[in-house]
This record gives sequence, C-alpha cells and structure tokens, in this order.
Amino acid sequence: MSEILRVENLTQQFRLDKSLLDKLHWEKGRITLRERVVKAVNGISFHVERGEAFGLVGESGCGKSTTARTIIGLNRPTSGDILFDGKSTAAMDKGERFALHKQMQMIFQDPYASLNPRMTVMDIVTEPILFHKLAGSRQEAEQRAYALLERVGIRPELASRFPHQFSGGQRQRIGIARALAVNPQFIVADEPVSALDVSIQAQILNLLMDLKEERSLSYLFIAHDLSVVRHLCSRLAVMYLGRIVEMGSREQIFEHPSHPYTQLLLAAAPKLTGSSIAGYEIPEKEMPTVLDLPKGCAFCNRCRYASPQCETELPALREVELGHVSACHLCGKK
Amino acid sequence: MANSLKKQWDSLKGSQFYAHYRRSPVALLSSALLLIILFLAVFGPLFTPQNPFDLSSLDLSNAYLPPYPREGSDPAFFMGTDQQGRDIFSAIVYGSRTSLYIGVVGVLLCSALGIFLGVLAGYYGGWLDSLIMRLADIQLSFPSILIAMFLMSALGRGVGNVLIALMLVGWVKFARTVRGETLSVRKMEYVDAARVIGLPSHRIILRYILPNVMTSIIVLATMQVGTFILIEATLSFLGLGVPVTEPSLGMLCSDGFKVMFGGLWWVSVFPGLYIVVIVFAINLLGDFLRDELNPKLK
Ligand SMILES: Nc1ncnc2c1ncn2[C@@H]1O[C@H](COP(=O)(O)OP(=O)(O)OP(=O)(O)O)[C@@H](O)[C@H]1O
Ligand SMILES: [Mg+2]
Repeated sequence: MSEILRVENLTQQFRLDKSLLDKLHWEKGRITLRERVVKAVNGISFHVERGEAFGLVGESGCGKSTTARTIIGLNRPTSGDILFDGKSTAAMDKGERFALHKQMQMIFQDPYASLNPRMTVMDIVTEPILFHKLAGSRQEAEQRAYALLERVGIRPELASRFPHQFSGGQRQRIGIARALAVNPQFIVADEPVSALDVSIQAQILNLLMDLKEERSLSYLFIAHDLSVVRHLCSRLAVMYLGRIVEMGSREQIFEHPSHPYTQLLLAAAPKLTGSSIAGYEIPEKEMPTVLDLPKGCAFCNRCRYASPQCETELPALREVELGHVSACHLCGKK
Repeated sequence: MANSLKKQWDSLKGSQFYAHYRRSPVALLSSALLLIILFLAVFGPLFTPQNPFDLSSLDLSNAYLPPYPREGSDPAFFMGTDQQGRDIFSAIVYGSRTSLYIGVVGVLLCSALGIFLGVLAGYYGGWLDSLIMRLADIQLSFPSILIAMFLMSALGRGVGNVLIALMLVGWVKFARTVRGETLSVRKMEYVDAARVIGLPSHRIILRYILPNVMTSIIVLATMQVGTFILIEATLSFLGLGVPVTEPSLGMLCSDGFKVMFGGLWWVSVFPGLYIVVIVFAINLLGDFLRDELNPKLK
C-alpha cells in the first residue's frame, strides 16, 4: 500500500488582533504590546494510506476542522507540510494546485449550511462537473449528475428542487454527490453525521463505506466520538487541544488505549469494550484554552495520573507497540 | 437560465412570502397605489388635457381656475390651474415622471456602486475593507441632504447631476449592508464548498454571495427610492435640483409656493400631497418586505 496523504508537523495559528490598536493592553500600570494568537493546531503529523479510512477524533474545539480545512486548502498552514501523493502542496504550481481540486474533496459538517440555498440540486451537482470540464456538454453533465444522485439515494426527479425542500439526511446525500462529482481519490469528511438524527447516521455511514469500496476512495474521517469511527476506520488518531495524543490501529486504540485521554473518551462512550474504565471522574478543573496553552502536557489538569513532570515537560509521542504511539510520560508505567 | 428563473418563480409562488403577501392588506394597498402611480406616470400623458410644459398648449383664459367643485371651476381641470393657465393635474403627471425616474435610476446607480464596494470589502477584507469602511464612516458623519446640497451647488442643476449627487450620497447604506451580509454569508459552508471545487472568486461572488444577500438589497433599495424622491424634492424646492425645463414634483411645489399666499394654494399643495402619497406607498411596501424578508434590518 502506498500513502495518499502525509501531514508533517502541521501548525495552524490564527492571529486575533490584526491591527496595532488591538495589540495594546493595559497591564500593571503600563501599556504593553501583546498579541492574542489562537494555536488551533500545534505540530501534528500523520499519514493516510491509499484506500484507507483514517479517523481523527477529539472533543469540540480541539482543532479537527481546522486540520481538515488546512489540508483541503481553505487555510494556508502557519508551518508544516502537506504532501498529496508524495508531492508537497506548498511546492505545487498553479496547474497542479488546480488539478488537486479534482483529487481531493470535502464533505461538510452542517448539511443545512453546506448547500447554496439559491441553487437547485441539479445546479449544485453539475457545478463542479462543468467547471472542471468533466463532461462534453450540459446534457452529459446532467446525465452524470442524475447517476450520482441516484447512487447516493436521491430520486432524480427531485433534482430540480432547492435544498430547503430536503431533510438533513437527504441534504447530506446531496453534499456527498457534489463531493463525488469530480471523481476524487481522497475525501475529507468533517463530522459528516454529527448534525443528523441517530437513526439517519447509520445510513449515511453505510453509504460512505459502500462508496469507499466501489470507488476505492481514501478518507480522512473526523468525528468527536469514538463510536462513529469504530466501524469505519482502520487507523485513527486522537487529538487534544491541537496535538495528537495517541495514534494507532483501531484494535490498538480500542483494545488497549494507552493515553489517559483516550481512556476517558472510551469511558465516556456508552459501554463499548471491556477495557473501558468505569467510574473515571474528571477532576473539576478549568481546561487550558487554545489561546493560552500550558508548557507541559495540556491534559494534565484533567488527568488522574498527573505527576509534577507532566506540568513542566511536554510529552513527546512515543511508540508503545508497533504502529501505536502515545504522548504520555507515564506510558507503560501505570 | 430561463428554466431556472421559472423554477425560482414557481418556488416563490409556493412560498410563505407569497402567502403572506396575499393576505397582507398593507402590502396589497401599497402595491395597488404604486401600480396606479406607475400607470399615471407611464400612460398619463395620453389623457391629460394638455402638455403643461409646452407653452403653446397653455391658454391664459384658463388661468386662476380653482379645483373642482369650487365655484368658477372647470371639471376638465379638476385640480385647478395656475396663473399661466397650466393644469395642475397634468403638471403632476409630468412631474411625477421626473421624480420617479430620478428615484428609481438613482437607486439603481447607487446600489450598483454600493453593492460593488460592499461585496469587495466584505469578501476580501484587509486594507481594502478598512479603506472603504472608513470612507463610509466619514461620509455618514454628515447629513445626506447637506452633502447633496453641497454637491449640487458644485455641479449645477440638471437631472444627470442630481443622479450623480444621489449616487454619492446613497452608496454608503448599500455598501455597509452588503458588507455585513457578505461577511456572514462568506462563513457559510457552501462558500467553502465552492472554494474546495476550485471556483474563482468572481464566480463565488456572483453565484454564491450575491444571490444570498439579494433579499436585504431589495428591501433597502425599495426604501431608498422613497428617500431619494424626497431628497430630490428638497433639492428642487431649494432651486438646486432639476432644471425648469424638466420639472419634478418638488419643483412644482416650489413654483406654486410663490403664489400660495395669493390664494392659489392648490398649485403647491397638490404636488406636495402627491409626493407624500408616493413616498408613503413605497415605505409601506418597504416595511412589508423588511418584515417578511429580513427581520435583521429592523
Ligand atoms: N478562523 C479562525 N479564527 C480564529 N480562531 C479560529 C478560527 N478557526 C478556528 N478557530 C479556533 O480554533 C479552535 C479549533 O477549532 P476547530 O473548529 O478546528 O475545532 P473542532 O475540533 O473542529 O471543533 P468542533 O467539534 O466544535 O467542530 C477553536 O478554539 C476555534 O475557536
Ligand atoms: Mg469542527
């Protein structure tokens, strides 16, 4: 297997105070110049194999969407590198970057916001086909759109309707058809089911799984709880405040989670495995924010194993077994 | 394209907006008034007794006629005549053409400028945004009528100059509204989706941003037609607006004002009342549109 995507040491920061005036603060009787910077993603590295679904899991605000948006090109990375098919996207020329839009597509989180309310479903799905000249004529583009809509489970006779006439699940199917319209190899799915009813979630997940097999797609699949990625992803990474704290195969993460945060997530999920730890209580402490990250381990004030070392020293990712890494000073010790 | 317009129209007819429109007395009343006003402006000259601004069609023997049914009046000139024998109703019909033309074309021009600058500021942000918005802030710190008066005294009278003045006065409101709406639409995931497809900015602006800020533009534009008719009337009343050869309602008011205290009150009052009716109808429709389409603008 070859790898389709590699992310190396990616950081993404947002400067909140853009103008000089915003940067001035009144502190202890004197004016100081200080800028607030959101450190949304802090040096993460991972890769996605061709044909694989790679999961990225973490709670709200940990930087999952930011990672997705930077990979897909909606943000310019602050530092680090993104390699698609072995080639650095930063080093690509205009033509290559343009071609990348056909290879990499995205499915969005909110089906109520991801379709243009002023376009018919047909226009939404034919837009990428026509723009990238993947069809010789408008008719041909419409034929392809009908086929795509049919495949994702939207009856073709509904294609002349507007998005507001569809339910959330149907809208997400239309969003999937739009993403598939350019025949991409790689799809970033940013919490594609979290906004849907539980009863619909499984249908959409199954559709995504079937499409992956049919079209030999690779996925970067983002979720905020482990149960969603469990059936979908062969490997996954757990994120906490902009860093990857644990990464490994599905079996490794679910059978023997190493990082206390992963253990917490597993415990929070409704009884998944025998190894989930019952009765884990989260210490009632304030979480650090992405505006003010601590020097040491970002998780340590919620961790029941925390030692003084955790507060001062940032734990690096260390291999706990083959293909399974974890960023905890106590790895293997507890 | 035509097909998609038809679909848009069908979906409008099936919409809540259309249902509310049909059941709203305010909306129906204002639409009826505006239809009559437009009809008079377009077809009125076909049945007015004279062209009031063609001196050869005036007859001094008709001068000083009071409005019907007062004593000595002539039903053919039911709103009376002025000291030159000019029929006031005919004058109003012709004057309303100038007033409406200036109001509508002025709004088209200033909305084009305002939308263009607003969408640029909102979509690209950065220094361009700062520049455009600071300019708008400065302009908003002066009353618009003052700016219009200043411009007109610099440019001189004329329909074209009134339009230029109105455009320079009115773009700010459009730019600010469109910028704000663009900022919020730009954050929508469908705009991200368009960028992920690789669409260039101009296409995103035309197909994704503008159609979604259109409703607030329509509301604002409707209200602004009324405002512009009033500003133009004020300018013309002060002698800073249209030339005597193309009189507007405001100008008729001003002309009549000179003979008002000689007892010919109708020469000034009827054109004035007609301005009130026009602006009232426009504002009623604007209020309805605002409540229906964009509660944010309240
Ligand atoms: N453009 C931006 N400007 C400033 N801050 C941002 C920007 N985008 C994201 N952030 C911040 O970065 C942090 C990470 O956000 P992100 O959307 O990536 O989280 P997430 O893991 O996707 O969360 P969720 O599960 O809620 O979607 C948040 O604190 C967010 O406020
Ligand atoms: Mg997110």
